[in-house]
This record gives sequence, structure tokens and C-alpha cells, in this order.
Amino acid sequence: MSPFGLFKKRRDDGPATQGVDRGFLVFENTSEVIRAEQVLKTEGWQIRVMGPPPEIQSGCDLVIEFPPIEELNILRALREAGTEPLQVVPVSSPLLQPVDLFHVRDFGQHLMVRGANMKMTVDKATLTIVNISGGGCPDVPYLAQAMVGKHLAQAPSPGKIGHTLCGYALQLAFEEMGRRCLR
Amino acid sequence: MGTIPIKAFPLVTGTVTLAEDSIRIDGKKTGVNRGTPALLAAACMTSEALGEPLPFAYLVGDIGRGDGSRRLYAHVNEHIAKTDFAALAFHYVQPDVGWHDRILSTIKALPYQPLLIADAGYMYAAKMSGQSAAYDLFTPDIGELAFLADESAPHPFYTRGFILHEENHVPDLIARAYTHANAARYMLVKGVCDHLADAQGIMATIDNPSEEALEAIGGTGDTLTGIVAALVAFGMDIGKAAVIAARVNRWAGHYARPNPATQVMDIIRHIPRALEEILHEEEDHLGTESKRVTGEGHP
Repeated sequence: MSPFGLFKKRRDDGPATQGVDRGFLVFENTSEVIRAEQVLKTEGWQIRVMGPPPEIQSGCDLVIEFPPIEELNILRALREAGTEPLQVVPVSSPLLQPVDLFHVRDFGQHLMVRGANMKMTVDKATLTIVNISGGGCPDVPYLAQAMVGKHLAQAPSPGKIGHTLCGYALQLAFEEMGRRCLR
Repeated sequence: MGTIPIKAFPLVTGTVTLAEDSIRIDGKKTGVNRGTPALLAAACMTSEALGEPLPFAYLVGDIGRGDGSRRLYAHVNEHIAKTDFAALAFHYVQPDVGWHDRILSTIKALPYQPLLIADAGYMYAAKMSGQSAAYDLFTPDIGELAFLADESAPHPFYTRGFILHEENHVPDLIARAYTHANAARYMLVKGVCDHLADAQGIMATIDNPSEEALEAIGGTGDTLTGIVAALVAFGMDIGKAAVIAARVNRWAGHYARPNPATQVMDIIRHIPRALEEILHEEEDHLGTESKRVTGEGHP
């Protein structure tokens, strides 16, 4: 490991940056963002998935916030993984914070977790995903079709097959359900 | 107008029919589980029960990459001026403000103005464009209402926590959405209680029957939008149609004896029975009102 590695593999234990020293990476679509997030988090980079500032919002958007001082290293990692961003933008205004509240509802035999606007329900005895509801982006019905009826541990991850913010929200609910049911 | 969760599903237009738990359009068929097929299945059931024309749809395959949605936006924008629909319902599409604005501009230039209903991704685009007030009806659930109430959120995913908090009351969120011009003329808010509201506040609350499991069942909001869209298209006043649709949707859910694993098609099957009962009740109510006005039935 190079001496620089000691600095770059920081634990993601807090906000990426404070104040104005930040930049963000813009990708073609949300699925590219999700893939890049997985690459960077796997390599230990301190990044956050956020909402873009109003001047570049076009619809269903996510960006990756990163410390600009690490730009070259991060871009190299993404290039090697085949997930290069369309644009790298410095930012001084606040980015939008994704919803991080989960609501849990226990129906007795079934448990429902809501993350942002997406809800996932499993049968507590069999851990089968029995329903997915909420959302408004086109991959929601697609994800439901792929996941409903599958065991929680064997269902495809929305982060891998989803493409939109609703898909990303479902990934958060999926992870929270896993934390509660697969321990 | 909406999407089908099959990548290869082509762009199709035409009258929609429902048979054997599938919708059929222009020689294609697709199953009904949630999303736009659930909306259309509910609209078909409503139309057939009332003996009215079946819905006409613009559909395309899109699994979330937005490519199908963009082709659909372009097609609708090109062809909508050649139609004379009474009502247009916009549903599951990739939110795209640019395309939304072009279609709305095309509609505003028409010699007549169809009633405009938006739900799901299209409602997100309408709000983000700042042109919510151009719509006659939005059908958000509680989470989407919080998004409409948050003037800075471009998607429900970014709704700020202090607005999303469950302690926020629906009337406050509705008022906030209207204050920031992020609401349609009418709002039918789906939830444990359904609320119909306009800029003056809540006009009606529908909470009977109450089936807790419906919250977990994907597609129950889509069926509500399908029922109200059909009723509005047949000429019913929007406010009245919204209340009847909410009641029908709840009773159809009740008749399905749901649990959180129930699938939406099991509910859609009960729409005709629920619709018939609610409309008979309405007729009886109107009859009673009429007798009161004329003095009949009173000693």
C-alpha cells in the first residue's frame, strides 16, 4: 500500500465535508450513480449520494458529493471501474439531503418498512417479500415484479437493477428490512 | 399516459380492454400488478360497470432508464392536438421537466381544455416545473403530499425531515402545498383516511371502511386514480367523482378481505360491486334530498 493509501481509505463515519470545500459528480442516470457509489464505497472513499442544486436539476437526479482534493484519485477509480461521470462540478451552496427516516409497521404476520416514498413488506415467518408499494418512477413496477415472491436474502437488490430515485429509496428500505430480519 | 415495466414493450396507443387479469391494447397484452396497468384495469372496470366507453391509452415500455418515457413524451406532444379527450390522466413516467413543460404548453394551446389529472412520476414533474396549478386533480399519498408541501424538494426522496415527520397533520401539509403553489385545483390525498381538498382546505374525509393492510399493497393508489379518472371523463363533477372513487376503492379493498400479501388484481375484481352499491346509495340520497325539497315523504 502506498503511503497515500493511509489517508485515502478513510472510514465513512460522518459528513463528507463541511463548509464549501466540496464537489459533486454528475452521471447520466441514477443507475450510474448507484454503481459509482458502490465502487467508491467499496474502496473506502468518503462520499455521499445527494440531490443536485436547482440549476442542474432535470427530473430524477442524484449526484455524488466528494472532497475535491481527492478528485484525481476518485476519477481514476471510477475510470478503472468503467463508471466515469459526465461532469465534475465544484459547489458552495447546500446540496439536497436525501430522506433518511424509516417508518416501520408491524402487521403481526407481516412487517412493512417505508424509506422515503417506498414501502416493502415481508412475511416474518418465511422472509418472503410479499408486497412493494409507493413511488412514481417507472422502475417501481419493474422492481416489484422482480422482487415480490422472493426470499429477502435472495431477491435482486434494487441498487443493482433499479435506475431511479424511487429505486434508490427502495434500496434503503431493502437494507433496513435486511438489518431487521436477517441478523 | 404511462409506462409498462417491460423493456421491450413498444410504444402503443389505443382503447384498452381488461380480460383474464391482463390489459390488452393494440394487439399487446400485459399483466396487472401495479402502476399504470392497475390504473387502466380499474378504469376499465369502472367504464364497463357504467356502460361507458373504455379508456384510451398511450403506453410504452420503461424499466426506469427513461428512454421509453422520453419517446412517450415526444409522441404525446406530437399527437395530443389531434384528440378531443374530456380528461387526461398522466401517470408512471420518468419525471422530466423539459418534456412536461412542452406537453403542457401544447395542451394550453388547444381550442378546448381537457381536465388534467396527474399522479406518480408525472405529478413529480408537474410540481418541479412550478405549474401544479394548471392541473385539475393530483392524487398523492401522504408521503407525496409531504413532497408537494416541501417547496424545495424536486422528488419525494428529498423531502425534508421536519415536513415528512408523521406528526405533521394532513391539513397543514395541504395548506403548505397550496401556499407555495404546488397543488392542483383539487387534491385527493390517499391514506388511512382519504381527504379531498382545494385551496380553501379539506372538503371531505373518507375513512370507512378502514383496512390497515391496504397501505402495504402496491397499486391501491393507482386503482383510485383510475376510478376517479374514468368518472371525471364521463362528466361527473371532480369533487363528487373524487369522493365516490375513494369510497369505491375502499369498499373494493374491503370486499377482497385483504392482508399485506394481497395483490391489487384481487381488489380490482370487486370494483363493479362497490361502484354499484355506492352509486345506488348516492341515488337514494339524492332521492331523499329531492323529496325534502318538494315536501314529499314528510308528514
